[in-house]
Amino acid sequence: MKELLWLIPALPFIGALILILAGSRLSRSLVPVVGAGSVGLAALVTLLIGFEFLSGTRAPFEQLLWTWIEVDGFKPEVALYLDSLSLVFIFVITFVGFLIHLYSAEFMREDEGYSRFFTFLNLFVGSMLMLVLANNLVLMYLGWEGVGLCSYLLIGFWYKEEKNGYAARKAFIITRVGDTAMAIGLFMLFRTFGTLDIQAILSGAQDTWQVGSQTAVAIGLLLLGGAVGKSAQLPLQTWLPDAMAGPSPVSALIHAATMVTAGVYLIARMYAIFELAPLAQLWVGIIGALTLLISGFTALTQYDLKRILAYSTISQIGYMFLALGVGAFSSAIFHFMIHAFFKALLFLAAGAVIHLLHHEHDIFRMGGLRKKLPVIYWTFLIGAASLAALPLITGGFYSKDQILWYAYAGEKGNIWFLVAAMTGAFVTSLYTFRMVFVTFFGTEKTHVGHHAGTLMTLPLVVLAILSTLGGFIELPHTMGHVQLFSDHLSTVLPAISLKEGVESSEWIVQLIAAGLSLTGVYIAYFLYVQSPQSVERIKTSVNALHQFWFSGWGFDAVYDFLFVKPFLWMARTNKADVVDKAYDGVVVSTGYFHRGFAWTQSGIMRWYMVGIVIGTILVVTLSLIYY
Amino acid sequence: MMLAVLIIVLMAGGLLAWISHQWHPQAPKWISLVSVLIDFAIIAIYWLQHYQIGDLFNDGWLASYKVPWIESFGISFNLAMDGLSLLMLVLTFFLGVMAVLISWNEISHRVGFYYFNLLWVLAGITGVFVTLDMFLFYFFWEVMLIPMYFLIGIWGHENKRYAAYKFFIFTQAGGLLMLLAILGLYFLHGRATGNFTFDYLQLLNMELEPSTGRWLMLGFLVAFVVKLPIVPFHTWLPDAHSQAPTAGSLILAGLLLKTGAYGILRFVIPLFPDAAAEIAKPAMLLGVVGILYGAVLAYAQTDLKRLVAYTSVSHMGFVMLGAFAFNKLALQGVVMQMITHGISTGALFILAGCIYERIHTRDVTKMGGFWPNMPRMGGIALVFVMASLGLPGLGNFVAEFLTLVGSWQVSQKLTILAAIGLVGATAYSLRIMQKVFYGQALPAGDHAVHDITIREKFILIPMVVVIIVLGIYPGPVLQTANAPISNVLDYKPAKKVVATNTLEMKGGTDEQE
Repeated sequence: MKELLWLIPALPFIGALILILAGSRLSRSLVPVVGAGSVGLAALVTLLIGFEFLSGTRAPFEQLLWTWIEVDGFKPEVALYLDSLSLVFIFVITFVGFLIHLYSAEFMREDEGYSRFFTFLNLFVGSMLMLVLANNLVLMYLGWEGVGLCSYLLIGFWYKEEKNGYAARKAFIITRVGDTAMAIGLFMLFRTFGTLDIQAILSGAQDTWQVGSQTAVAIGLLLLGGAVGKSAQLPLQTWLPDAMAGPSPVSALIHAATMVTAGVYLIARMYAIFELAPLAQLWVGIIGALTLLISGFTALTQYDLKRILAYSTISQIGYMFLALGVGAFSSAIFHFMIHAFFKALLFLAAGAVIHLLHHEHDIFRMGGLRKKLPVIYWTFLIGAASLAALPLITGGFYSKDQILWYAYAGEKGNIWFLVAAMTGAFVTSLYTFRMVFVTFFGTEKTHVGHHAGTLMTLPLVVLAILSTLGGFIELPHTMGHVQLFSDHLSTVLPAISLKEGVESSEWIVQLIAAGLSLTGVYIAYFLYVQSPQSVERIKTSVNALHQFWFSGWGFDAVYDFLFVKPFLWMARTNKADVVDKAYDGVVVSTGYFHRGFAWTQSGIMRWYMVGIVIGTILVVTLSLIYY
Repeated sequence: MMLAVLIIVLMAGGLLAWISHQWHPQAPKWISLVSVLIDFAIIAIYWLQHYQIGDLFNDGWLASYKVPWIESFGISFNLAMDGLSLLMLVLTFFLGVMAVLISWNEISHRVGFYYFNLLWVLAGITGVFVTLDMFLFYFFWEVMLIPMYFLIGIWGHENKRYAAYKFFIFTQAGGLLMLLAILGLYFLHGRATGNFTFDYLQLLNMELEPSTGRWLMLGFLVAFVVKLPIVPFHTWLPDAHSQAPTAGSLILAGLLLKTGAYGILRFVIPLFPDAAAEIAKPAMLLGVVGILYGAVLAYAQTDLKRLVAYTSVSHMGFVMLGAFAFNKLALQGVVMQMITHGISTGALFILAGCIYERIHTRDVTKMGGFWPNMPRMGGIALVFVMASLGLPGLGNFVAEFLTLVGSWQVSQKLTILAAIGLVGATAYSLRIMQKVFYGQALPAGDHAVHDITIREKFILIPMVVVIIVLGIYPGPVLQTANAPISNVLDYKPAKKVVATNTLEMKGGTDEQE
């Protein structure tokens, strides 16, 4: 069975290839069969391989396909590596990916670019699988850039709108900044280890570096640069909200469930470097904590349904970074998985709402959808509950609770991380239920056009189940103590060690977290259902702050001023190439000389005579002076 | 013998094409196509056979052909080919076929003379890639220049005279300096050994005094960096590229620029290893300046062909950076860059030509929204735009990544700056897609754009396939280039001849050592 591993990334690529070669000739009903079918098959193969892997010794399995490049010891291969960590990722990618493909089959049916859409989506799934299955960093970089390309293509999918194209280019260019940092990290790694094979680096790192070695810190920070670009973390987070210009299934798959968590995967995968570079790891945590706060507050002020979810994604990935930063690697991956379920669910449900309301994005023009769209309402509510981490009944509670606890109790944790995470938890539940109440309660403001079909609702239901039940495979010490997930990852990722004597306070943290989450829901209910006028009052009293948050804390304006404007100015002023002016100068002065000398050849004898006389005098004088 | 045949086929084909125009107006293109195809077939079969036998990977020359020419001056008709030349020849004939095909409908006046020039440029390039006699090298260097001058000057666009002159003067000025340097080598070697010869292999064995070596090296280097081109010698290129007919731009970008890179690898580094090592840092710096400067300027352009021309300036910076890093990784990157850039940028020029045929403008502000009408063309453009920004999975990534890994071993600051160029490449590359294919379609009726034609498919689809194959399985190219690159790096003269007396013409000033 394991020998079929190559099929998992190959199948979506084959699907894309068929769609490219025959796309325009395939009938509209056959396009999704190829598109969704190829990912479905990949999911099936993943299940079979996963089952064998879990029932066996769980030893990593490596499959060499061919040698990619070979120059002087630099020898990246096209080789796949399956272990517990990559298994979690390929499971989420193929499974959630398949559900989203199914959803898209109905969602995009009327679109003229139907087969183009599935081509890009398949290409994306293939690249993402390549990213997580790569056994070396160059191949991972291939997947890394490949998903970036697909993200660009899908954000700009509706290319007729100028602003979609802008959002797409913004996403590509900003993530490329991070990618470049990562590439430089790879150069350093190669120089240090003479290889870019991941396992060789991980085992070599311990022998090569002391804890706190400068090279390790530098490499850690460069890899972090790549991770913050892809995962939309501070300071490269600004592309993700604009990326919502793409179709909703794209936002669900790429900009929520899978691609944006590539940074989390990278750091978890290269954990040994971060363990040896405490400074770099600390920065992972700090960036996570700051990002989750900043984007949480921003989400509070947005009114575009998808933008709220986008900021919430940034914020939730911030939690994952926080977990990585304190060394709670398996908690980060656990939250990744649960987040993939509930955030994909929220985006798909939001997409359905927007679709059925004729492309209405503004939540304040929705309202009262609870009765009109019951399935969407209930599934959205389950997803929202998980996002807000409502205690005991949601998957999000169990995954986020771990992070909160380790942010404080882990050896690398501290009280500030805990405060940030707690504040974030409160804000999360506030903006989540603001969204729920405004969208689904109150009076109906926009008429619902039609209803969603089975292909759209089925994925919602499945994801709702997963985001609830998924949490119960990992329960805290205080409640049942189930460790299926962290045991699974323990063969790959190191377990976190706790501070001395903190075990007893775990339930206090849990209690506060649960309390904050419920308070958030209540305040949202009070503000947006019971007394909406008080919201307006608050808004006007802190208008400047509201504007500041609404603009995403002014990052766009700052980057515009610091980078975009100067670059454009430089490009515009020098369009004609100043270097060429130097050569023009040569041409012009040659022209002057030419005209000057031509003028002396006047044909008038007396001028020539004068010239000869002056010349003679000059020669004689000069020779008298110098000799 | 094969090498001479390759050149003769092109030259004879060119003459025949010129004459044949009187017999039948279609004859020149068919004759040209057949001649280039013959050459391509010969070299492709040779490569495949010898790749299987395995003697490509050995040290030494694969094929050679030497007959005396002007014996009294020590000039011989001396051709030889190693793996590097072989790769360049494959590229030359591959792009040569494309150049003939892309001209098929574009050229309608003086057709016979056009194909004569086209084939003679190719013949000159072929000669440059296989010559081991310095005099002959200079001869072929000029053979590529003059027909190219005609191609731009006669069949170019609105400002063709200016562009043709500029191209000619720039390359000729560089070429003359090289001629001086060649003569310098010739006389030095003659005086030291009594053997006056232009033979490259004999000249290699000469050890030069540092100051002399420095000056002679600069003579060669200037000729090659003008051709490459490197900032600040690049300004002929945007004009020449934008004014040349499509095939002219294709050959300029795909092949002529590569002769500069080839010259650095074949002559500058092996002939003057010490002098080259001395200027390595400034040379790499110039490369990096080219990468960044070209990227900013490319972003600013509104003329599609000018835009692509500046991307060439940027990409050729990587060649300079890698060549002077003096290690195998970087040099393999350079060789890959020569090939992949030839294909990807050539393809972008072809696309610009195809669009020009449809709407008669190169101005991107008058384009936009072409995707619905030409999705296939758009898809192909996407591939080459991605190649140009260095997307992994396409050939250019292998080239640039190897170059950067290699240059990192030498200079980390310069490598970081060069890597920043990748962000710039993203900006200008995506701008092409946006301006041409995305956005609102222009008012209908303005122009009727149709999707790719059969002939265009024959040109572009092979190029797409090649750039992808090079991206995921570059092994054959890397292996073929391996032995020559090792030679470039550790060339050890078998018997060193020390040239003692310096040249009078530069007065022997640098005697401070």
